[in-house]
Amino acid sequence: MRVAVVGAGPSGVFATAELLTRPGVEVDVLDRSHTPFGLVRYGVAPDHLKIKTVSTALSRVLADERVRFHGGVELGRDISLDELRRLSDAVVLATGARDSRRLGIPGEDRPRSFTAADLVPWYNGHPLDGVRWSTASPSVAVVGAGNVALDVSRILLKGGAGLANTDLPDSVAAVLDARPVTDVHLVIRRGVGDVRFSPAELLEFDHLDVDVLVDPAELDLGPADRARATDDRLVAQRIAMFTRWAEAGPVGAGRRLHVHFHRSPTEIRGGDGVEAIRLRDNRSGRIEELSVGAVVTAIGYHAAAPAGLPTTGGLVRHDAGRVAPGLYVAGWLKRGPSGVIGTNKACAVESVRALWADVDSAAITVGAGGPADLVRSRLPEAVDWTGWTRIDAAEIALGATTGRARTKITNHAELARLGAAAVLAEEAR
Amino acid sequence: MTYVITAGCIDVMDRSCLEQCPVDCIKPGERMLYIDAEVCIDCGACEPVCPQEAIAMDAMLPEELRSYIGTNAAFFASGASTDPPEVAATPRHLG
Repeated sequence: MRVAVVGAGPSGVFATAELLTRPGVEVDVLDRSHTPFGLVRYGVAPDHLKIKTVSTALSRVLADERVRFHGGVELGRDISLDELRRLSDAVVLATGARDSRRLGIPGEDRPRSFTAADLVPWYNGHPLDGVRWSTASPSVAVVGAGNVALDVSRILLKGGAGLANTDLPDSVAAVLDARPVTDVHLVIRRGVGDVRFSPAELLEFDHLDVDVLVDPAELDLGPADRARATDDRLVAQRIAMFTRWAEAGPVGAGRRLHVHFHRSPTEIRGGDGVEAIRLRDNRSGRIEELSVGAVVTAIGYHAAAPAGLPTTGGLVRHDAGRVAPGLYVAGWLKRGPSGVIGTNKACAVESVRALWADVDSAAITVGAGGPADLVRSRLPEAVDWTGWTRIDAAEIALGATTGRARTKITNHAELARLGAAAVLAEEAR
Repeated sequence: MTYVITAGCIDVMDRSCLEQCPVDCIKPGERMLYIDAEVCIDCGACEPVCPQEAIAMDAMLPEELRSYIGTNAAFFASGASTDPPEVAATPRHLG
Protein backbone atom coordinates (compact mmCIF):
# COMPACT_ATOMS: atom_id res chain seq x y z
CA MET A 1 0.00 0.00 0.00
CA ARG A 2 1.16 3.52 -0.74
CA VAL A 3 0.70 6.34 1.74
CA ALA A 4 1.58 10.00 1.16
CA VAL A 5 2.75 12.02 4.16
CA VAL A 6 2.77 15.80 3.73
CA GLY A 7 5.40 17.44 5.94
CA ALA A 8 8.84 16.04 6.78
CA GLY A 9 8.97 17.55 10.27
CA PRO A 10 8.89 15.41 13.40
CA SER A 11 5.18 14.60 13.11
CA GLY A 12 5.36 13.54 9.47
CA VAL A 13 8.42 11.41 10.14
CA PHE A 14 6.97 9.81 13.29
CA ALA A 15 3.86 8.97 11.23
CA THR A 16 6.12 7.50 8.54
CA ALA A 17 7.98 5.39 11.11
CA GLU A 18 4.70 4.00 12.40
CA LEU A 19 3.51 3.29 8.83
CA LEU A 20 6.69 1.29 8.18
CA THR A 21 5.91 -1.06 11.06
CA ARG A 22 3.53 -2.91 8.71
CA PRO A 23 5.00 -4.94 5.88
CA GLY A 24 4.21 -3.91 2.31
CA VAL A 25 3.77 -0.22 3.08
CA GLU A 26 5.61 2.40 1.01
CA VAL A 27 5.56 6.08 1.89
CA ASP A 28 6.02 9.24 -0.19
CA VAL A 29 7.03 12.13 2.09
CA LEU A 30 6.50 15.61 0.62
CA ASP A 31 7.83 18.86 2.06
CA ARG A 32 7.63 22.40 0.75
CA SER A 33 11.24 22.96 1.91
CA HIS A 34 14.15 21.54 -0.04
CA THR A 35 15.32 20.01 3.21
CA PRO A 36 13.74 17.57 5.69
CA PHE A 37 13.12 17.87 9.48
CA GLY A 38 10.77 20.90 9.48
CA LEU A 39 10.95 22.80 12.75
CA VAL A 40 13.91 20.74 13.98
CA ARG A 41 15.92 22.52 11.28
CA TYR A 42 14.12 25.85 11.07
CA GLY A 43 12.37 26.21 14.45
CA VAL A 44 14.41 24.68 17.29
CA ALA A 45 16.85 27.34 18.51
CA PRO A 46 20.38 26.95 17.07
CA ASP A 47 21.93 26.63 20.54
CA HIS A 48 19.68 23.68 21.45
CA LEU A 49 22.21 21.32 19.95
CA LYS A 50 21.03 18.23 21.82
CA ILE A 51 17.40 18.63 20.74
CA LYS A 52 18.54 19.11 17.15
CA THR A 53 20.19 15.68 17.28
CA VAL A 54 16.69 14.18 16.95
CA SER A 55 17.35 14.68 13.22
CA THR A 56 19.60 11.61 13.39
CA ALA A 57 16.63 9.48 14.41
CA LEU A 58 14.42 11.19 11.80
CA SER A 59 17.05 10.54 9.11
CA ARG A 60 17.01 6.82 9.75
CA VAL A 61 13.29 6.75 8.93
CA LEU A 62 13.53 8.89 5.79
CA ALA A 63 16.54 6.94 4.48
CA ASP A 64 14.54 3.69 4.55
CA GLU A 65 14.26 2.14 1.10
CA ARG A 66 10.46 2.07 1.43
CA VAL A 67 10.38 5.88 1.74
CA ARG A 68 10.66 8.44 -1.06
CA PHE A 69 11.41 12.03 -0.04
CA HIS A 70 10.19 14.85 -2.29
CA GLY A 71 11.63 18.18 -1.10
CA GLY A 72 10.54 21.51 -2.55
CA VAL A 73 7.03 20.24 -3.28
CA GLU A 74 4.20 22.26 -1.78
CA LEU A 75 0.69 20.95 -1.29
CA GLY A 76 -1.81 23.24 -2.98
CA ARG A 77 0.84 24.88 -5.19
CA ASP A 78 2.61 21.98 -6.88
CA ILE A 79 0.12 19.20 -6.24
CA SER A 80 -3.47 19.39 -5.05
CA LEU A 81 -4.88 17.42 -2.17
CA ASP A 82 -7.35 15.79 -4.58
CA GLU A 83 -4.49 14.62 -6.81
CA LEU A 84 -2.55 13.34 -3.84
CA ARG A 85 -5.55 11.41 -2.50
CA ARG A 86 -6.29 9.93 -5.93
CA LEU A 87 -2.69 8.75 -6.38
CA SER A 88 -2.28 7.40 -2.83
CA ASP A 89 -4.13 4.82 -0.75
CA ALA A 90 -4.09 7.23 2.17
CA VAL A 91 -2.75 10.71 2.95
CA VAL A 92 -1.42 11.93 6.30
CA LEU A 93 -1.22 15.71 6.62
CA ALA A 94 1.47 16.96 9.02
CA THR A 95 2.02 20.47 7.70
CA GLY A 96 2.23 22.10 11.12
CA ALA A 97 1.34 25.63 12.12
CA ARG A 98 3.47 28.31 10.55
CA ASP A 99 1.65 31.62 10.84
CA SER A 100 2.14 33.77 13.92
CA ARG A 101 -0.84 34.90 15.92
CA ARG A 102 -1.06 38.67 15.95
CA LEU A 103 -1.64 41.11 18.80
CA GLY A 104 -4.06 43.20 16.74
CA ILE A 105 -2.73 46.53 18.07
CA PRO A 106 -1.74 49.76 16.28
CA GLY A 107 1.84 49.83 15.00
CA GLU A 108 2.19 46.07 14.69
CA ASP A 109 3.10 46.34 11.00
CA ARG A 110 5.92 48.83 11.49
CA PRO A 111 9.44 48.01 10.30
CA ARG A 112 11.35 46.38 13.21
CA SER A 113 8.14 44.86 14.57
CA PHE A 114 8.66 41.14 14.01
CA THR A 115 6.69 37.96 14.59
CA ALA A 116 8.31 34.75 15.78
CA ALA A 117 7.15 33.13 12.53
CA ASP A 118 9.39 35.63 10.68
CA LEU A 119 12.33 35.87 13.02
CA VAL A 120 12.83 32.24 14.10
CA PRO A 121 13.26 30.88 10.53
CA TRP A 122 15.56 33.82 9.76
CA TYR A 123 18.00 33.15 12.60
CA ASN A 124 17.83 29.47 11.72
CA GLY A 125 19.04 30.25 8.20
CA HIS A 126 15.82 29.66 6.26
CA PRO A 127 16.55 30.45 2.60
CA LEU A 128 13.17 31.81 1.52
CA ASP A 129 12.84 34.56 4.07
CA GLY A 130 13.08 38.23 3.20
CA VAL A 131 13.17 38.98 6.93
CA ARG A 132 16.31 40.45 8.42
CA TRP A 133 16.69 41.41 12.07
CA SER A 134 17.32 45.03 12.84
CA THR A 135 16.95 47.15 15.94
CA ALA A 136 17.32 50.87 16.47
CA SER A 137 18.48 50.40 20.07
CA PRO A 138 20.18 47.80 22.30
CA SER A 139 16.86 47.47 24.19
CA VAL A 140 14.11 45.39 22.60
CA ALA A 141 10.74 43.93 23.66
CA VAL A 142 9.73 40.27 23.28
CA VAL A 143 6.04 39.54 23.87
CA GLY A 144 4.97 36.07 24.94
CA ALA A 145 4.83 33.52 27.74
CA GLY A 146 6.06 30.37 26.03
CA ASN A 147 9.34 28.75 25.06
CA VAL A 148 9.53 30.54 21.71
CA ALA A 149 9.61 33.89 23.55
CA LEU A 150 12.47 32.52 25.68
CA ASP A 151 14.29 31.23 22.60
CA VAL A 152 14.07 34.62 20.88
CA SER A 153 15.16 36.44 24.04
CA ARG A 154 18.11 34.13 24.58
CA ILE A 155 19.29 34.24 20.95
CA LEU A 156 19.15 38.04 20.88
CA LEU A 157 21.02 38.31 24.21
CA LYS A 158 23.69 35.80 23.19
CA GLY A 159 24.26 37.40 19.80
CA GLY A 160 26.32 35.86 17.02
CA ALA A 161 29.45 35.70 19.17
CA GLY A 162 27.59 33.71 21.82
CA LEU A 163 26.35 31.22 19.22
CA ALA A 164 29.70 30.46 17.62
CA ASN A 165 29.48 26.71 18.36
CA THR A 166 26.14 26.31 16.53
CA ASP A 167 25.03 25.90 12.91
CA LEU A 168 24.11 29.61 12.83
CA PRO A 169 24.95 31.05 9.39
CA ASP A 170 27.72 33.68 9.42
CA SER A 171 25.39 36.14 7.73
CA VAL A 172 22.96 35.86 10.66
CA ALA A 173 25.75 36.24 13.24
CA ALA A 174 26.98 39.39 11.50
CA VAL A 175 23.51 40.95 11.54
CA LEU A 176 22.97 40.08 15.22
CA ASP A 177 26.34 41.53 16.20
CA ALA A 178 25.99 44.72 14.15
CA ARG A 179 23.86 46.17 16.96
CA PRO A 180 24.16 43.92 20.03
CA VAL A 181 21.08 43.60 22.21
CA THR A 182 21.87 44.27 25.87
CA ASP A 183 18.34 44.43 27.31
CA VAL A 184 15.31 42.31 26.49
CA HIS A 185 11.99 43.30 28.00
CA LEU A 186 9.90 40.12 28.22
CA VAL A 187 6.24 41.17 28.21
CA ILE A 188 3.82 38.64 29.71
CA ARG A 189 0.06 39.17 29.76
CA ARG A 190 -0.71 37.18 32.88
CA GLY A 191 1.02 36.23 36.12
CA VAL A 192 3.75 33.79 37.06
CA GLY A 193 1.23 30.98 37.69
CA ASP A 194 0.03 31.11 34.07
CA VAL A 195 3.23 31.17 32.04
CA ARG A 196 4.09 28.23 29.75
CA PHE A 197 7.90 28.39 29.89
CA SER A 198 9.51 25.03 30.48
CA PRO A 199 11.70 24.99 33.60
CA ALA A 200 14.59 23.60 31.55
CA GLU A 201 14.54 26.66 29.26
CA LEU A 202 14.28 29.05 32.21
CA LEU A 203 17.29 27.44 33.88
CA GLU A 204 19.42 28.21 30.81
CA PHE A 205 19.47 31.89 31.77
CA ASP A 206 21.43 30.97 34.90
CA HIS A 207 24.29 29.90 32.66
CA LEU A 208 24.42 33.11 30.60
CA ASP A 209 25.99 36.44 31.46
CA VAL A 210 22.47 37.79 31.95
CA ASP A 211 20.71 39.29 34.96
CA VAL A 212 17.09 38.13 35.13
CA LEU A 213 15.22 41.04 36.70
CA VAL A 214 11.85 40.34 38.29
CA ASP A 215 9.87 42.83 40.36
CA PRO A 216 8.80 40.98 43.56
CA ALA A 217 5.58 43.02 43.55
CA GLU A 218 4.58 41.33 40.27
CA LEU A 219 4.88 37.83 41.77
CA ASP A 220 1.66 38.17 43.77
CA LEU A 221 0.20 34.68 44.00
CA GLY A 222 -3.56 34.28 44.23
CA PRO A 223 -5.38 31.24 45.65
CA ALA A 224 -5.75 29.87 42.11
CA ASP A 225 -1.97 30.08 41.57
CA ARG A 226 -1.29 28.26 44.84
CA ALA A 227 -3.76 25.53 43.97
CA ARG A 228 -2.16 25.04 40.57
CA ALA A 229 1.31 24.93 42.09
CA THR A 230 0.11 22.14 44.38
CA ASP A 231 -1.38 20.14 41.49
CA ASP A 232 1.30 20.77 38.88
CA ARG A 233 4.95 20.62 39.82
CA LEU A 234 5.96 22.44 36.62
CA VAL A 235 3.96 25.44 37.88
CA ALA A 236 5.66 25.13 41.27
CA GLN A 237 9.09 24.95 39.61
CA ARG A 238 8.42 28.07 37.53
CA ILE A 239 7.22 30.02 40.57
CA ALA A 240 10.29 28.92 42.52
CA MET A 241 12.64 30.08 39.77
CA PHE A 242 11.06 33.51 39.28
CA THR A 243 10.93 33.97 43.06
CA ARG A 244 14.62 33.15 43.30
CA TRP A 245 15.44 35.70 40.58
CA ALA A 246 13.25 38.35 42.24
CA GLU A 247 15.06 37.82 45.54
CA ALA A 248 18.53 37.72 43.97
CA GLY A 249 18.29 41.04 42.14
CA PRO A 250 20.97 42.15 39.68
CA VAL A 251 24.52 40.87 40.09
CA GLY A 252 25.99 43.16 37.45
CA ALA A 253 25.88 40.82 34.46
CA GLY A 254 26.64 42.22 31.03
CA ARG A 255 23.09 41.92 29.71
CA ARG A 256 19.62 41.89 31.21
CA LEU A 257 16.28 40.12 30.81
CA HIS A 258 13.59 42.36 32.32
CA VAL A 259 10.48 40.30 33.12
CA HIS A 260 7.19 42.20 33.05
CA PHE A 261 4.20 40.21 34.31
CA HIS A 262 0.56 41.35 33.97
CA ARG A 263 1.28 43.56 30.94
CA SER A 264 -0.56 43.74 27.61
CA PRO A 265 0.86 45.71 24.69
CA THR A 266 -1.56 48.35 23.46
CA GLU A 267 0.50 50.13 20.80
CA ILE A 268 3.87 50.00 19.06
CA ARG A 269 5.06 53.55 18.48
CA GLY A 270 7.77 55.21 16.41
CA GLY A 271 8.62 57.26 13.37
CA ASP A 272 9.71 55.04 10.50
CA GLY A 273 10.53 52.13 12.81
CA VAL A 274 10.00 51.19 16.46
CA GLU A 275 10.82 53.64 19.26
CA ALA A 276 8.59 52.40 22.08
CA ILE A 277 5.98 49.90 23.12
CA ARG A 278 3.00 50.92 25.22
CA LEU A 279 1.86 48.45 27.87
CA ARG A 280 -1.25 48.27 30.01
CA ASP A 281 -0.87 46.95 33.54
CA ASN A 282 -3.70 44.42 33.62
CA ARG A 283 -4.21 44.83 37.35
CA SER A 284 -4.35 48.62 37.63
CA GLY A 285 -5.17 49.59 34.04
CA ARG A 286 -2.27 52.03 34.13
CA ILE A 287 -0.50 52.67 30.79
CA GLU A 288 3.30 52.81 30.62
CA GLU A 289 5.80 53.11 27.82
CA LEU A 290 9.10 51.28 27.31
CA SER A 291 11.73 52.68 24.95
CA VAL A 292 12.74 49.84 22.62
CA GLY A 293 14.30 49.65 19.18
CA ALA A 294 12.44 46.54 18.01
CA VAL A 295 9.55 44.31 19.06
CA VAL A 296 9.14 40.56 18.58
CA THR A 297 5.78 38.92 19.25
CA ALA A 298 5.86 35.21 20.14
CA ILE A 299 2.27 34.61 21.18
CA GLY A 300 1.60 31.37 19.34
CA TYR A 301 1.04 30.03 15.84
CA HIS A 302 -1.94 29.36 13.59
CA ALA A 303 -2.25 26.13 11.70
CA ALA A 304 -3.03 26.75 8.03
CA ALA A 305 -5.54 24.03 7.16
CA PRO A 306 -5.50 22.97 3.49
CA ALA A 307 -8.37 24.59 1.59
CA GLY A 308 -11.61 22.66 1.54
CA LEU A 309 -11.19 20.75 4.80
CA PRO A 310 -13.63 21.31 7.68
CA THR A 311 -12.03 23.19 10.57
CA THR A 312 -12.79 24.04 14.18
CA GLY A 313 -10.87 26.90 15.72
CA GLY A 314 -8.41 26.85 12.82
CA LEU A 315 -7.62 23.14 13.23
CA VAL A 316 -8.76 20.43 10.85
CA ARG A 317 -11.72 18.57 12.34
CA HIS A 318 -10.76 14.97 13.09
CA ASP A 319 -11.53 11.96 15.24
CA ALA A 320 -8.34 10.58 16.82
CA GLY A 321 -6.50 11.75 13.70
CA ARG A 322 -9.04 10.62 11.09
CA VAL A 323 -10.50 13.40 8.93
CA ALA A 324 -12.18 10.91 6.58
CA PRO A 325 -11.34 7.35 5.55
CA GLY A 326 -8.05 7.76 3.68
CA LEU A 327 -7.24 11.22 5.09
CA TYR A 328 -5.54 11.82 8.44
CA VAL A 329 -3.82 14.64 10.32
CA ALA A 330 -0.92 14.62 12.79
CA GLY A 331 1.10 17.09 14.82
CA TRP A 332 0.38 20.79 15.16
CA LEU A 333 -2.19 20.73 12.34
CA LYS A 334 -4.10 18.21 14.48
CA ARG A 335 -3.53 19.50 18.03
CA GLY A 336 -2.49 23.10 17.58
CA PRO A 337 0.98 24.44 18.43
CA SER A 338 1.69 22.75 21.74
CA GLY A 339 3.90 20.14 23.32
CA VAL A 340 7.52 19.17 22.85
CA ILE A 341 9.08 17.14 20.05
CA GLY A 342 8.28 13.82 21.68
CA THR A 343 4.63 14.77 22.09
CA ASN A 344 4.30 14.40 18.33
CA LYS A 345 5.29 10.77 18.36
CA ALA A 346 2.33 9.53 20.41
CA CYS A 347 0.14 11.93 18.41
CA ALA A 348 1.30 10.50 15.06
CA VAL A 349 0.97 6.93 16.31
CA GLU A 350 -2.67 7.60 17.24
CA SER A 351 -3.38 8.93 13.73
CA VAL A 352 -1.74 5.96 12.01
CA ARG A 353 -3.72 3.57 14.21
CA ALA A 354 -6.87 5.25 12.89
CA LEU A 355 -5.49 4.61 9.40
CA TRP A 356 -4.87 0.92 10.20
CA ALA A 357 -8.43 0.61 11.50
CA ASP A 358 -9.70 1.89 8.15
CA VAL A 359 -7.49 -0.54 6.27
CA ASP A 360 -8.60 -3.44 8.43
CA SER A 361 -12.28 -2.58 8.03
CA ALA A 362 -11.80 -2.12 4.27
CA ALA A 363 -12.90 1.51 4.50
CA ILE A 364 -9.77 2.16 2.41
CA THR A 365 -9.11 0.23 -0.75
CA VAL A 366 -5.47 -0.38 -1.52
CA GLY A 367 -3.73 -0.35 -4.90
CA ALA A 368 -2.80 3.23 -5.82
CA GLY A 369 0.47 3.86 -7.65
CA GLY A 370 1.75 6.74 -5.50
CA PRO A 371 2.43 10.36 -6.44
CA ALA A 372 6.13 9.99 -7.34
CA ASP A 373 5.69 9.91 -11.14
CA LEU A 374 3.50 13.00 -11.12
CA VAL A 375 5.92 14.84 -8.83
CA ARG A 376 8.91 13.96 -11.02
CA SER A 377 7.23 14.97 -14.26
CA ARG A 378 5.86 18.20 -12.86
CA LEU A 379 8.86 19.17 -10.70
CA PRO A 380 12.06 17.60 -12.06
CA GLU A 381 13.98 19.88 -9.68
CA ALA A 382 12.36 18.34 -6.57
CA VAL A 383 14.92 17.14 -4.02
CA ASP A 384 15.08 13.39 -3.41
CA TRP A 385 16.87 11.75 -0.48
CA THR A 386 20.13 11.55 -2.42
CA GLY A 387 19.79 15.26 -3.15
CA TRP A 388 19.39 15.94 0.57
CA THR A 389 22.50 13.90 1.36
CA ARG A 390 24.42 16.19 -1.05
CA ILE A 391 23.11 19.28 0.78
CA ASP A 392 23.90 17.64 4.12
CA ALA A 393 27.48 16.84 3.09
CA ALA A 394 28.01 20.37 1.74
CA GLU A 395 26.79 21.92 5.01
CA ILE A 396 29.01 19.65 7.10
CA ALA A 397 31.99 20.57 4.89
CA LEU A 398 31.16 24.27 5.21
CA GLY A 399 31.01 23.93 9.01
CA ALA A 400 34.36 22.11 9.06
CA THR A 401 36.08 25.17 7.59
CA THR A 402 35.44 26.96 10.91
CA GLY A 403 35.61 23.96 13.23
CA ARG A 404 31.85 23.49 13.57
CA ALA A 405 29.72 20.39 13.07
CA ARG A 406 27.64 22.17 10.42
CA THR A 407 26.96 25.57 8.93
CA LYS A 408 23.64 25.92 7.16
CA ILE A 409 23.44 26.96 3.54
CA THR A 410 20.97 29.83 3.35
CA ASN A 411 21.15 30.59 -0.36
CA HIS A 412 18.02 29.24 -2.01
CA ALA A 413 19.61 28.79 -5.44
CA GLU A 414 22.54 26.90 -3.91
CA LEU A 415 20.25 24.54 -1.98
CA ALA A 416 18.19 23.95 -5.11
CA ARG A 417 21.30 23.30 -7.21
CA LEU A 418 22.76 20.81 -4.72
CA GLY A 419 19.44 19.11 -4.15
CA ALA A 420 18.16 18.72 -7.67
CA ALA A 421 19.33 15.52 -9.31
CA ALA A 422 18.12 16.64 -12.74
CA VAL A 423 19.98 19.94 -12.54
CA LEU A 424 23.23 18.25 -11.54
CA ALA A 425 22.90 15.74 -14.36
CA GLU A 426 22.45 18.59 -16.82
CA GLU A 427 25.54 20.37 -15.51
CA ALA A 428 27.56 17.19 -15.93
CA ARG A 429 26.70 17.01 -19.64
CA MET B 1 21.60 18.02 31.14
CA THR B 2 19.34 15.01 30.82
CA TYR B 3 16.14 13.55 32.23
CA VAL B 4 16.32 10.91 34.92
CA ILE B 5 13.93 8.17 36.10
CA THR B 6 13.79 7.82 39.87
CA ALA B 7 12.45 5.71 42.74
CA GLY B 8 8.77 6.15 41.88
CA CYS B 9 9.19 3.80 38.91
CA ILE B 10 10.46 0.86 40.96
CA ASP B 11 8.04 -2.09 40.75
CA VAL B 12 5.53 0.09 38.82
CA MET B 13 7.07 0.38 35.35
CA ASP B 14 4.00 2.03 33.83
CA ARG B 15 5.79 2.49 30.47
CA SER B 16 3.77 5.53 29.30
CA CYS B 17 7.12 7.24 28.79
CA LEU B 18 8.19 4.64 26.24
CA GLU B 19 5.47 5.75 23.81
CA GLN B 20 6.50 9.39 24.13
CA CYS B 21 10.25 9.18 23.66
CA PRO B 22 11.11 10.26 20.09
CA VAL B 23 14.55 8.64 20.17
CA ASP B 24 13.74 5.44 22.10
CA CYS B 25 16.26 6.24 24.82
CA ILE B 26 14.18 4.69 27.63
CA LYS B 27 14.86 1.03 28.33
CA PRO B 28 13.29 -1.32 30.87
CA GLY B 29 15.37 -3.05 33.51
CA GLU B 30 13.94 -5.66 35.84
CA ARG B 31 12.23 -3.37 38.38
CA MET B 32 12.33 0.08 36.79
CA LEU B 33 12.94 1.95 33.52
CA TYR B 34 16.05 3.98 32.76
CA ILE B 35 16.96 6.93 30.50
CA ASP B 36 20.12 6.75 28.41
CA ALA B 37 21.61 10.24 28.77
CA GLU B 38 23.83 9.65 25.74
CA VAL B 39 20.76 9.32 23.50
CA CYS B 40 18.21 11.55 25.29
CA ILE B 41 17.64 14.84 23.43
CA ASP B 42 16.28 16.70 26.49
CA CYS B 43 12.85 17.25 24.93
CA GLY B 44 11.04 16.43 28.18
CA ALA B 45 8.08 14.60 26.58
CA CYS B 46 8.39 11.74 29.09
CA GLU B 47 8.16 13.88 32.23
CA PRO B 48 4.47 14.87 32.31
CA VAL B 49 3.12 11.46 31.21
CA CYS B 50 4.61 9.52 34.13
CA PRO B 51 1.74 8.70 36.52
CA GLN B 52 4.33 8.23 39.28
CA GLU B 53 5.97 11.64 38.67
CA ALA B 54 9.15 9.61 38.71
CA ILE B 55 10.85 11.49 35.85
CA ALA B 56 12.63 14.82 36.27
CA MET B 57 15.32 16.94 34.71
CA ASP B 58 18.61 16.26 36.47
CA ALA B 59 19.01 19.88 37.60
CA MET B 60 15.55 19.82 39.23
CA LEU B 61 15.98 16.62 41.24
CA PRO B 62 15.50 16.93 45.00
CA GLU B 63 18.60 16.06 47.02
CA GLU B 64 17.34 12.61 48.06
CA LEU B 65 16.88 11.54 44.42
CA ARG B 66 20.09 12.94 42.94
CA SER B 67 21.80 9.55 43.19
CA TYR B 68 19.48 8.32 40.42
CA ILE B 69 21.55 10.29 37.87
CA GLY B 70 24.31 7.75 38.54
CA THR B 71 21.84 4.88 38.76
CA ASN B 72 20.47 5.58 35.25
CA ALA B 73 24.00 5.88 33.86
CA ALA B 74 25.13 2.69 35.64
CA PHE B 75 22.31 0.66 34.06
CA PHE B 76 23.55 1.47 30.54
CA ALA B 77 27.21 1.20 31.48
CA SER B 78 26.61 -2.37 32.63
CA GLY B 79 24.81 -3.56 29.50
CA ALA B 80 21.23 -2.30 29.93
CA SER B 81 19.68 -5.51 31.19
CA THR B 82 20.08 -5.89 34.94
CA ASP B 83 19.19 -3.34 37.62
CA PRO B 84 22.12 -1.67 39.36
CA PRO B 85 22.65 -3.03 42.90
CA GLU B 86 20.97 -0.08 44.65
CA VAL B 87 17.74 -0.73 42.72
CA ALA B 88 17.93 -4.51 43.12
CA ALA B 89 18.38 -3.99 46.89
CA THR B 90 15.32 -1.75 47.26
CA PRO B 91 12.79 -3.53 49.53
CA ARG B 92 9.73 -4.75 47.65
CA HIS B 93 6.33 -3.40 48.60
CA LEU B 94 4.24 -6.16 50.13
CA GLY B 95 0.55 -6.58 49.38
